[in-house]
Amino acid sequence: MITSLSDKQIQHLYWRTGFGISASELKTVRVLSKTQIIDRLFEESKESTPLSMSFGALEKNSKELSREERKQLRQLRNKKMSELNTLWLKQLIDTDQVLREKMTLFFHDHFAVRLRTPRACIHLNNIIRKHALGNFGDMLMEVSKSPAMLLFLNNKQNRKDHPNENFAREVMELFTLGRDNGYTENDIKEAARAFTGWNFNKNGTFVFRKNHHDYGTKTIFDKTGSFTGEDVIKILLEKKQTARYLTEKIYSYFVNETINKNHIEYLTTIFYDTNYDLQALVRAIFKSDWFYSSNNIGTKIKSPIELIVGLSKSFQVQYEDPKVLLYLQKKLNQMLFFPPNVAGWTRGRAWIDNSTLMLRLKLASLTLNSGVIEWHEKGDMPENMIIRQQAYKKIKSKLQKKVKAIPNWQAFLDDLEQKNKSELTNFMLQPNLSETAKVIVSKLEAKDTKNFVIELLSLPEYQLC
Amino acid sequence: MKRRDFLKQSVFASGMTMIPSFLKGMEFLTPEQLSGYRNVIIIQLSGGNDGLNSIIPISNDIYHRARPFIAKKETQTLKITDDLAFNDNLKEIKKLYDLGEVSIINNVGYPNPNRSHFRSADIWQTASDTNQYLSTGWVGRYLDANCQHPYQAIEIDNSLSLALKGNTMNGIAASDPNQLYRTTREPFFKNIIKNTQKEMLDEDNQGYLYKTMLETYSSASYIYETSKIYQSNTEYPQNPFAKHLKTIADFIVSGLKTRVFYSSLGGFDSHVNQLNSQDRLLKIYSDSVGALVKDLKANDRFKDTLILTFSEFGRRVKQNGSRGTDHGAANNVIAIGGSLKKAGVYNELPNLSDLDNNGDIKYSVDFRSVYASVLNNWLNVNDQTILNKDFLKLGFI
Repeated sequence: MITSLSDKQIQHLYWRTGFGISASELKTVRVLSKTQIIDRLFEESKESTPLSMSFGALEKNSKELSREERKQLRQLRNKKMSELNTLWLKQLIDTDQVLREKMTLFFHDHFAVRLRTPRACIHLNNIIRKHALGNFGDMLMEVSKSPAMLLFLNNKQNRKDHPNENFAREVMELFTLGRDNGYTENDIKEAARAFTGWNFNKNGTFVFRKNHHDYGTKTIFDKTGSFTGEDVIKILLEKKQTARYLTEKIYSYFVNETINKNHIEYLTTIFYDTNYDLQALVRAIFKSDWFYSSNNIGTKIKSPIELIVGLSKSFQVQYEDPKVLLYLQKKLNQMLFFPPNVAGWTRGRAWIDNSTLMLRLKLASLTLNSGVIEWHEKGDMPENMIIRQQAYKKIKSKLQKKVKAIPNWQAFLDDLEQKNKSELTNFMLQPNLSETAKVIVSKLEAKDTKNFVIELLSLPEYQLC
Repeated sequence: MKRRDFLKQSVFASGMTMIPSFLKGMEFLTPEQLSGYRNVIIIQLSGGNDGLNSIIPISNDIYHRARPFIAKKETQTLKITDDLAFNDNLKEIKKLYDLGEVSIINNVGYPNPNRSHFRSADIWQTASDTNQYLSTGWVGRYLDANCQHPYQAIEIDNSLSLALKGNTMNGIAASDPNQLYRTTREPFFKNIIKNTQKEMLDEDNQGYLYKTMLETYSSASYIYETSKIYQSNTEYPQNPFAKHLKTIADFIVSGLKTRVFYSSLGGFDSHVNQLNSQDRLLKIYSDSVGALVKDLKANDRFKDTLILTFSEFGRRVKQNGSRGTDHGAANNVIAIGGSLKKAGVYNELPNLSDLDNNGDIKYSVDFRSVYASVLNNWLNVNDQTILNKDFLKLGFI
């Protein structure tokens, strides 16, 4: 049993449970035991800070709106969706409740909803945050009854004799059992009948519309009864497969995309036996020895949000124009509140293709040095390279003009206790360097720490955590 | 200026000299080589397009009875035969149909259809059986087996679909080739490229990043240099999908050595009030494809082009309780091209009186038969190495 953690292992824990660690924080926690560090993470996330914003005319009953207001309603919705996006992104960057936000990010993907109704979206997001380190069953029930989910998966339209199977299918395929894991087309049809009558009123409060509900007998997984929607969710939670499916997903989020069957069985049992206590599950992960083994460190491809938030957090970046944050999310294929579909984002290597990779590699220089990677190589430098670099600096691409980010370099540098090349490399990059990176780094000058750091962050290694 | 003259003046004279020396092995096609260089454009209608309301069995009573609110009336259609009609938003497709440039293949699907968007789209993209999970796409495996460069399959999008991912080679995703190119020119990145050899890369995520970087560098150069040759002046509709098709036309006419182009149009998941949403999307599809074909014809490239349109599944024959339709099964596939062997309605219409247990259309043509025909009959490659099985080839191409 490991009782204390190396710097690299602490950085690993902080990258996976959050978005990296600052030099000063590393200094603080380095003296603590492993258990103390983990306790500290949960302690920091004890409270939950819901997102809140004003919705202006969107809060009014549409009948009370003036003609002009109604016209502007659609534009206002879009505007509020963008505001909501950057509001959360800012919270991800600034929060002290890091683990809670990271869990919220996980379930934002798990319960992927793509809507243009900001009030429903913020409501769902806050439900998820509230239960993020609590009970999964409670979260599932409240999410299923939220206007966002009722809208997105058409349960609002699911009525007796006119069933709409959308929610019934996805609750099994995506939220609990996992695709093709022990349910049939008939189970879906029957479950859809049980969910009939679930709706919400004008205030966004869940209502059960009795006259839309199918009170008939349903057979789901060999159980027969006049089940309601609540019954179906209870039945799904009784299946250990639900615990297993969630555990696998959480494991691949926090630990490794390659599943270790023994770890999964161990964790599934904890999760199931604690009646779906999310805190117990993730605590067991961080307390294990295997979480810190070298094959789990620096091997995960950061999601675009992890990349953007990680970078912004380390350098306390201020964005003059918040639209830039939307632009970057869009270009990197992960826009908060706009998952591609109900299955959420495909993770891992799917984040990477030629165009996203080049922007990701360029991101550090764009946010930290107005798009320029100063390039100092020890010893000789081919003359044409110098000329090319100078020429390149002059070209201000559209992107560079757009980004307008203000990093706090002073704070970053003052904080830094890692001074030499290898210390800086170990602190900024999680994986072991590739052969290429070793050559590049060996040639770089480290006298100018700022430039050296930008160069490190422009290596493919920074894409991993 | 004619393309040919432009080529002589700009590319031969100056363009090629800008390419770094180690890329000089790359070729683009001269006008002489270009003719007869066949390509296929694959269009995915994402979300599950309702084929029954796109190409409509207008005389079929079952159709009208099953869809009291959403069945198309004859006045809302363009007649094909007494029994079949296009949705009247497919005007441009109908024009091509009348010219003998469209083949409609009915009842395309696979055994034990999956009705999840993601799973069914994966099945279509990987060309797998319903219970088989493959991590490579059929176009990706075509690259593996028959191509030398990633850019021989290009997806016009920000990200790359599973269809274009192979074992040893991935296709290229490029929505903005110029930006892609500029970024790869960065001196720091060039230096990384210079110090990387493919052989020293592992199969792990880190190796994957470096490998992608190498491929991007060479492909971006190639696409950028080559696609400068032709910029279309055909008018396209103002929407992102049309813009993507225009980029494809630019690539094809410029002589990019690309065999497969991939593009998608989303939003077809019509559970609620489907008439408005589907009609709007079909019009976008039809007008954009119409412009693309016009462009290719003006440049004498349509005869070498095949446009294949599919969706991950069709929709239920019976409407649901919200003036929409739920996920279905077999569906029609539309093939458009200047060199079709059999244009018109390729096979029998869906049998609405013999549906599966879910009330969905049964398949009679395996979708992999369509792929096999494209690979074997059109691209002249061995389809079995790519599809891992021998599927019946169809005579539409």
